[in-house]
Amino acid sequence: MHIMEGFLPATHCIFWGAISAPFVIQGGRKLQRIMRDQPQMRLTLAASGAFTFVLSALKMPSVTGSCSHPTGTGLGAVLFGPPVMAVLGAIVLLFQALLLAHGGLTTLGANIFSMAIVGPWVSYFLYRLCRTMGLSIAVGVFVGAAFGDLATYLTTSVELAAAYPDAASGYVGAFLKFFGVFAMTQVPLAIAEGFLTVVVMNALSSKTHVLEELGLVRGQMS
Amino acid sequence: MIISSRRTNILLLLGVVVLVVVPLVFIKGEYGGSDDQGTAAIEALRPGYKPWFTPIWVPPSPEIESLLFALQAGLGAGVIGYVLGRIHGAVSARDAQKKSTPGNVAH
Repeated sequence: MHIMEGFLPATHCIFWGAISAPFVIQGGRKLQRIMRDQPQMRLTLAASGAFTFVLSALKMPSVTGSCSHPTGTGLGAVLFGPPVMAVLGAIVLLFQALLLAHGGLTTLGANIFSMAIVGPWVSYFLYRLCRTMGLSIAVGVFVGAAFGDLATYLTTSVELAAAYPDAASGYVGAFLKFFGVFAMTQVPLAIAEGFLTVVVMNALSSKTHVLEELGLVRGQMS
Repeated sequence: MIISSRRTNILLLLGVVVLVVVPLVFIKGEYGGSDDQGTAAIEALRPGYKPWFTPIWVPPSPEIESLLFALQAGLGAGVIGYVLGRIHGAVSARDAQKKSTPGNVAH
């Protein structure tokens, strides 16, 4: 999902940057509020950021004979809400752009929009939807994390298609071409990401009252 | 609060291993990165496209690049391990304290 440095026209870079900036600023405020009002959550917050750090570094083999990486943004999106992930995801993408030449500074806005904004919001929305339908937390986390991962790659395909419409088939044709590159590779990895997110979420919450304190379940706090 | 049982967690982790290992064993491929294939797709749509900006710094070799990716994953895993250790340590300390001071137990 990383769009490489210099591979989006300057106007598109500015456009995606301008769209992403307010989300990152809003996330920064939310992050500050959590640190101030719920200092006991700092460790869980650090773990959520670290989870994205790990998963986005893992390039895993897939059924197409190609490798791709998960995003790891679903965990923090479900626990702390999507705004926080805009910041944590942006930090990860900046790290990779500067030190790994993976992604880029000019494409940072577009990459933040796909991985740190759309992915987390889709995760959060689907998690809430699952819970409203009476499904368990684990199922909600799995569905949220897996589809948030896919939504990230879908967004990247839209961003690329908007910049490089196909001469014959236009924007839709270009989108199908780009999504064709990512989709089949990503499906098994999105499922793996969903599994891992459930396991880590359980490890963080099983002996604690994290879910109660963050308002994910109604329950007595002791 | 427990959201998935120990047995479920083991099955989920096995599932991750299967999802990653099955392709490697049964499917022949280059195993290149999908991000690079995305870039190649741009070049197919716009032959001769030259990126208008290049990375400020590029890892000088694949070894250094894999070192930095390993560092990224290692740092993240370290933080998660530290947090889980702290949380579970605090829980066992609280439990131990409850046991040693029976007067605190609610009647």
